[in-house]
Amino acid sequence: MLHYLDAKRPAPQPTRRTFLKLSAGALGGLLIGAVIPQKGLADTASGALATPFVHITPDNRVIVLSKHLDKGQGTATGLATLVAEELDAAADQVEVEFAPSNPELYKNFLFGLQGTGGSTAMANSFDQYRQAGAVVRAMIVAAAASEWGVPTGDITITNGVVSGGGNLATLGELSALAAAQEPPAEVTLKSPEDWVYIGKGFPRVELPMKTRGSVGLFGMDAQPEGGLVAVTARPPRFGATLASVDATAALALDGVEAVLEIPQGVVVVATNTWTAMQGREALVLDWVAGSGETRGTDALLDEFRAALDAPGLPSHPRGDASAKLAQAAQVIEAEYVFPYLAHAPMEPLDMTVLYDGQSATFWGGSQIQTLDHGTAAAVLGLDFPQITINTRWGGGSFGRRATPDGHLAAETAMIGKAWLDAGNAARPIKLVYSREDDIRGGYYRPMAVHRVRAGLDAEGNISGWEHRIVSQSIFTGTSFESFVVQDGVDHSTVEGISDTTYAIPDMHVDVHHPKVGVPTLWWRSVGHTHTAYVMETMMDELAVAAGRDPVEFRLAHLAEDARLAGVLHLAAEKAGPTGPEGTHRGIAVHKSFNSYVAEIADVRIRDDGTVKVEKVTCGVDCGVPINPDNINAQIEGGLGYGLSAILREEITMVDGEVAQWNYPDYTPLRIADMPEVEVHIVRSDAAPTGIGEPGTPPIGPAVANAVFRATGTRVRELPFTRHGLA
Amino acid sequence: MQLTINGEPREIDANPDMPLLWVLRDELKMTGTKFGCGVASCGACTVHINGEATRSCQALIGDLEGATVTTIEAIDTPAARAIQTAWVELQVPQCGYCQSGQIMSASALLTETPKPTDDDIDAAMEGNLCRCATYARIRRAIHRAAEIMEA
Ligand code: FES
Ligand code: FES
Repeated sequence: MLHYLDAKRPAPQPTRRTFLKLSAGALGGLLIGAVIPQKGLADTASGALATPFVHITPDNRVIVLSKHLDKGQGTATGLATLVAEELDAAADQVEVEFAPSNPELYKNFLFGLQGTGGSTAMANSFDQYRQAGAVVRAMIVAAAASEWGVPTGDITITNGVVSGGGNLATLGELSALAAAQEPPAEVTLKSPEDWVYIGKGFPRVELPMKTRGSVGLFGMDAQPEGGLVAVTARPPRFGATLASVDATAALALDGVEAVLEIPQGVVVVATNTWTAMQGREALVLDWVAGSGETRGTDALLDEFRAALDAPGLPSHPRGDASAKLAQAAQVIEAEYVFPYLAHAPMEPLDMTVLYDGQSATFWGGSQIQTLDHGTAAAVLGLDFPQITINTRWGGGSFGRRATPDGHLAAETAMIGKAWLDAGNAARPIKLVYSREDDIRGGYYRPMAVHRVRAGLDAEGNISGWEHRIVSQSIFTGTSFESFVVQDGVDHSTVEGISDTTYAIPDMHVDVHHPKVGVPTLWWRSVGHTHTAYVMETMMDELAVAAGRDPVEFRLAHLAEDARLAGVLHLAAEKAGPTGPEGTHRGIAVHKSFNSYVAEIADVRIRDDGTVKVEKVTCGVDCGVPINPDNINAQIEGGLGYGLSAILREEITMVDGEVAQWNYPDYTPLRIADMPEVEVHIVRSDAAPTGIGEPGTPPIGPAVANAVFRATGTRVRELPFTRHGLA
Repeated sequence: MQLTINGEPREIDANPDMPLLWVLRDELKMTGTKFGCGVASCGACTVHINGEATRSCQALIGDLEGATVTTIEAIDTPAARAIQTAWVELQVPQCGYCQSGQIMSASALLTETPKPTDDDIDAAMEGNLCRCATYARIRRAIHRAAEIMEA
């Protein structure tokens, strides 16, 4: 998500008046060797060396302040790796804390505000966090040199131990002296051949906490003293309005403290989560008949399909596709249907607020802190500095914790305000989503319908391509619209198609963006979730029609994209000629978030006709591989997430009401369906690019292409459960 | 209600219909045990009750008089120690939110079946969702923990 933003806009002024217009950053690029801002150097009373990005404490801990949310993608460890590399810290002395909300210091250069997404974290921080490590290293070196009376050139740091002139010290022992040094005007970063961590490995910093149930790790675990819990009864249909509420029974429950009406719904505040949920059950709610979105997904699908017959808004048209198709030796035509999808991260949404009328403190897995901060400021009528945001580890997100409208922060702030306005004394209140609230709460990957006509010439090469997509725009109406929506076309709907690097000189892509009252959002890999599926299953159909090998056919059309061809070669070579006995093979290759991933799926059809993906062999090029094991983990997880969706996930609506409730009927992948995954990484010295999302797009088409080989069926309507395949 | 939680006798004063999950999290402030679904469908809330892996979102506190409960914060069996070691060695967790439950289920499996097959693992871990899809590593780490225990 958000990867479309360029870096040429003015810097944001984070006040509540302007937060909605926030735009991408002022720093038009990253200068190797330039110095990070040193404003905010803490006083030295504690004996700690404290810069905005790194603290070294007297007890010899190196604390890296992560400006990005880590919701499982390993970013915190990635940033720790960069700092430790330049500082020459020992891996086991490095910890990570989340930075406060401060866009001036901690903005994501690609968005111009503090936020995480679009698989941008490493790309955006690679230089900045190495510089941050190099700055504190230089200060430690200067401190050691002056303390020991030896030239700085004689000081070395190895694995957290500082030595020179026969003296030894830990980083912590030198922290107070280092804090008194002038930060260097310039630093020189290590050469890649001197790296000891980057490209080699660094253990995840938080795993001891995540394997021992540590206190207060996640937003859901925030329990400030005296805290209460809130749950909200939201409308049964998106946009429906409340006619009346009878809260008598709810208020009669022991432990229910208040029932509050806010624009989002009716809120029950109680002394614990269970009682709040019981209170919500006890509410008698009447919603205005016919209000909100009343169309079901069947009706929407009919409308979307009807729209396929009319020309849409063009996206990068080139050549003359219709003429080429008229002359083609063969034309393949296909229609695809993709359902709405929920993110369903394991930690349901939550956020805690303590608001006293003058200031507010928030706790939660905030993914775009600046937007959450600005939204809260607007709701509460406070200025930016009166609000503190404590970011916690995120229990998964897949896009869900990053919302352009900051709806979770807004709702939490509304509850804090309504509580106070009702005459109560300020207390921390945690807004908790149940799983049902999550599954039924919207912000879905939009439903999409595609129609494609693709032609082959007499030599079996692609001659022309016409492609129409009907799908809601994710970005229109958000603060990111101007970056992503051009001439009415939301680029996130066509990414991976109209910007394909396959040699298709005559291509016409157009789109319709119907207006539907269902909130939509980026979902791990955004538009690529459906566009890669269509492109890569079509490429397979075309290869079959041309009588060509699917790898060779793709490579023949990838002369202009050596990196995409490279990962396909790599995966094909590593997968060998055939998969495990009884399996059928499908391949797909796709670029997203500037990373290149090929996936080769070996698939078995079980006796009951369902699909078991036995093994997936992957080729990955994400530039400099900062932490190879985390790349493996993200590819494993990314393809598992994508496989989950194509097998069984769909959100449907009946007369506007979501039909699914919880994991029993919105059914993610379980252990028995997880394939063995083998990841091969291209050794690259290109700038690092994202890895959280690019593993997701290729798995669907790779499996679908294998299913075609096994059964002769082309799956063009997802999920696979619709065809008895899952 | 009187019960033993992580080795300590506790007197719980709560609505007997309150699930153990919320007693642990909200009353006792032990947040290691997670809420994922509330309907026995995700396993995030798994604890051991009298030694058995149990979904605490479905175990009403009123039914637990005299029970012995162990949670992620205190589990210290040989199997659990091996599982926790293997989990870190193989870098299993991503977001980590499901992992308390995974570890509780895997520990119970290894205690019962010290050398589990892949089918044993599928059967024992089927109820534990991981949205980050760390399943391949969970499987490897359970096999690895079995090795550690054998050694
Ligand atoms: S919360 Fe108990 S199984 Fe999901
Ligand atoms: S590690 Fe994130 S849900 Fe399992």
